[in-house]
Amino acid sequence: MNALSEPTPDSEAQAGDVNLDVVFRDSGVGEVLEGLDRELIGLAPVKSRIRDISALLLVDKLRHQVGLSSDAPTLHMCFTGNPGTGKTTVALRMAEILRHLGYVRKGHLVAVTRDDLVGQYIGHTAPKTREVLKRAMGGVLFIDEAYYLHRPENERDYGQEAIEILLQVMENQRDDLVVILAGYKDRMEQFFRSNPGLSSRIAHHIDFPDYSPAELFAIARLMLERMQYQLSPDAEVAFREYIERRSTQAHFANARSIRNGLDRARLRQASRLLGQRGVSLCRDDLMTIESADIRASRVFLDPPRTDSP
Amino acid sequence: MMTNHGNRITQGQFSFLPDLTDAQITKQLDYALKNGWAVGIEYTDDPHPRNTYWEMFGMPLFDVHDAAGILEAIRGCRQTFPNHYIKVNAFDSTRGRESLRLSFIVGRPKEEPGFSLVREEGAGRRVHYTVRAYVTDRPEGERY
Repeated sequence: MNALSEPTPDSEAQAGDVNLDVVFRDSGVGEVLEGLDRELIGLAPVKSRIRDISALLLVDKLRHQVGLSSDAPTLHMCFTGNPGTGKTTVALRMAEILRHLGYVRKGHLVAVTRDDLVGQYIGHTAPKTREVLKRAMGGVLFIDEAYYLHRPENERDYGQEAIEILLQVMENQRDDLVVILAGYKDRMEQFFRSNPGLSSRIAHHIDFPDYSPAELFAIARLMLERMQYQLSPDAEVAFREYIERRSTQAHFANARSIRNGLDRARLRQASRLLGQRGVSLCRDDLMTIESADIRASRVFLDPPRTDSP
Repeated sequence: MMTNHGNRITQGQFSFLPDLTDAQITKQLDYALKNGWAVGIEYTDDPHPRNTYWEMFGMPLFDVHDAAGILEAIRGCRQTFPNHYIKVNAFDSTRGRESLRLSFIVGRPKEEPGFSLVREEGAGRRVHYTVRAYVTDRPEGERY
């Protein structure tokens, strides 16, 4: 078909005639991918993998239209990365993308941890796990810190039972739900070594890299924009320094630390404004975070490279 | 009931039709979920038409967003009670409505012996009629 011609509903119906543009536009996945690019900073390997998956699903849809065989691919995934690198956020987006591409029917995300799957006593685990799986049907099941499911030090741990049920459903009901496991890289690898069946049923192992300071600053910008705040030019310099210092300190959790830092800066801004009662405030004053609000942070008190949080 | 061929009990929706397939059940469930009704599964081995309170199989599936999850529970119930009547109810909690909007049988015993007509003679040669399920001669749990 001529790519320049106007695609009409009739042209789609013709046998053997497919139009990638139409399928792409109808799926609405373009906007979601664009949103992903716009709202998620960095994460280049993650984004490229998501693009690949969407492309595959789109092409599969076309193949199905012209009558070629298109087996539903396995889309169970494993997200590894340090805290605050956006694993949960991407999982949410993933659910949305898969819904647009018609791979899952409802596209909701059910986020669980070990406590939601594993029971307290014999016979408690199976119903609990099945309950969660039922809830996740038609959507995405996100298991955070999945390695806790397996406790190597305890032979009789009920986690193994949960893993077995999970495996069974991941294999037999691939059309009904997508399972995403998430956790720190080294511990996930250890987890997969002790559960080889699980590793082989997961098609996509995606590693989330740490953010660079520049990316973290861009993230902070985005967060402030969403909260309708702004940094004064001085504060921008201060915040860049804040990121440099914070990232060398202990318990650094990438974007999450940035959000916490901003939340505390907002607190200080609020009390600063409250301290200067009598002065009339304008809209800008309410929006602007000054460098003093940031520099009052404990991060600046401690010399870099200490273990205090 | 008594004139019903094969003694199949006819309660709820679709009960004069052949049994629904899982695909057909899925469509009904999708409709219930789309309307935000709470779907529950019930079973019994007392087929009397006035027996409106069946046992619940687990809690109503409030958190389930997809028919596949409910179908999973139906399969579980069929496995546990292969020879009971099983039905699916969808409850509409909208104020002013607050009643079942959907109720249909999804599982039956392999054989349904049906009902007998009981005639009771009252004062002045008046006759009271009622029906009795043959199976209720036996205690609960041993009926089918």
